Amino acid sequence: MRIVVAVKQIPDLVEELELTADGTDVDRELLKMVVNEFDDQALEEGLCLKEAGDAELVVVALDEPDVDQTLHAALAKGADAAIKLTGALTGWIDSHRRAALLASWLSGQSFDLVLTGVQAADDLDGQLPGLLGAQLEVPHISVAVRVEAEDGMAKVWQELAGGTVVVDEVRLPAVIGVQAARQAPRYVSISRIRQAQQSGGITEVEVQAAELGTEQFALRRLVAPEAAGHAEMLAGGAGEVADRIVELLRAKGLVRS
Amino acid sequence: MGNDVLVLAEHRNGRLSDVTFELVGKARELADRGGGRVLAVLLGETSLAHELGVADVVLCSEDPAVATYNAQAYERAMVHVVERQQPRLVLTSTTTVGMDVSTALSVHWPAPLASYVVDVRRDGEDLAVTCRAYGGKLLAEVALTGPRAICAVIAGCFPAADGRSEVAGRSEVAGQVELLDLEGVFDGLGVSVAQVVEPEKGDVDITAADLLVSVGRGIGSRENLEVVQELADALGAPLAASRPLIDQGWLPKARQVGKSGLTVRPKVYLALGISGAPEHLEGMQHAETVIACNTDPKAPIFDVATYGTTVDLFDLTDELVKRVQE
Repeated sequence: MRIVVAVKQIPDLVEELELTADGTDVDRELLKMVVNEFDDQALEEGLCLKEAGDAELVVVALDEPDVDQTLHAALAKGADAAIKLTGALTGWIDSHRRAALLASWLSGQSFDLVLTGVQAADDLDGQLPGLLGAQLEVPHISVAVRVEAEDGMAKVWQELAGGTVVVDEVRLPAVIGVQAARQAPRYVSISRIRQAQQSGGITEVEVQAAELGTEQFALRRLVAPEAAGHAEMLAGGAGEVADRIVELLRAKGLVRS
Repeated sequence: MGNDVLVLAEHRNGRLSDVTFELVGKARELADRGGGRVLAVLLGETSLAHELGVADVVLCSEDPAVATYNAQAYERAMVHVVERQQPRLVLTSTTTVGMDVSTALSVHWPAPLASYVVDVRRDGEDLAVTCRAYGGKLLAEVALTGPRAICAVIAGCFPAADGRSEVAGRSEVAGQVELLDLEGVFDGLGVSVAQVVEPEKGDVDITAADLLVSVGRGIGSRENLEVVQELADALGAPLAASRPLIDQGWLPKARQVGKSGLTVRPKVYLALGISGAPEHLEGMQHAETVIACNTDPKAPIFDVATYGTTVDLFDLTDELVKRVQE
């Protein structure tokens, strides 16, 4: 079995999101980029699948800022190969184009399963798993919380609203959008990542994607939301804040007076 | 090209979800302005069609392939319907169902798609759409051009009352109910549903509590849960959590607040170390009072909180425990 895990970089949301001068994108040169957390879950589920059976795991990403670090980490965790798709890739890459670029590479590959994060913080024109599955014309399931596979079939645990889980039997190949792996993503030490880095291991492949109708989606500008309201900030240190909170709870009859 | 607005109805355990009424209400407004009809697609539970009286036509199917949610069967049915109806706009939610269907439609129909939509308006020939982006830290203003479009809308952004026939002043049976002919549409499906697993009832019911102590990623490590549990115990409140903690297996699923967890409406929701991702806010924004503690003064949780503080959550927890135990 051949498993492909598609990962991408997104701005670290812990940091302040600076915008470019024209306001249509976040400032990618300034921002720290990290792996999409759901892609990390997809990688972990892929690694679990690989360990459970006889599978080859290939991790693939577009050539985006700081992506080498992510690919090296994936190799250090146990991926068999890392592919970096290069081309004219700058700025925000919408999901339709991302799917087309990945599909273009995948069309020359054999694969049974494509695992990727269920969503990302910047997938404004839709989530990658459904777009990629539809473009490849293979089944796709999003919000997976467990995947098992053998003999051309996968069992996919798909979570619906309210926590109901549908267990699907899916004919392979298929694209699965992973919400959470069966276990927390594994830790890999910096020294192991360095080792992976020193032994090379990233294969660059230039891709060209067919033109897609994404020009009908025009991102005019990004703005900071004007909150309808904002919390009244409680002044003082922890002690004073605690006094206020206890007072509030008491007023609502939620702590004994 | 028509001006119809088509809504995919979602239901669970024999009930239409709130977001369905939210979408139908919005569809009504948009269709009325553009001189089109509201079409609702209802797969699997035809008996609920009478609740969709705000729609002009309810297109139903009781085909066994869509009796329970099957991602591929839903996709095929929806592609079949939109190719025949050619609506101006398709509205889905951003739930699992909405994500599966909206993306597939965007490729197969095809049409531009905007996701995480919080507002959609007509703007001349185009649609002006506002989307939540970057974990709620930014909003994106998007123009969807061309003759047709798809919007996947975040639950809770439009009033559900506008889509409920009894409130909107429409007779329950105003809508015409049509059975879809889906002969051959489900041939050769590559997805079949083997089992449906309902969530386990937890030891505590967080939806019934007047006071909830809820923790997020900000607590850092599993060991720190004890500290927060001590506060919850002192307050006699159940401990709830946001998605990342549940995914780590630190607390059972029955304690999860948010889109894929439970919706809670306590008198007081004490949010500790929760940044307020849109998916989390969906599950708790209707709490009577929200008190949030997060070291990031720009965390989105403060936009929905009544009271906020940026003090260290462990310092605050210690101080609260002291006072409550006195």
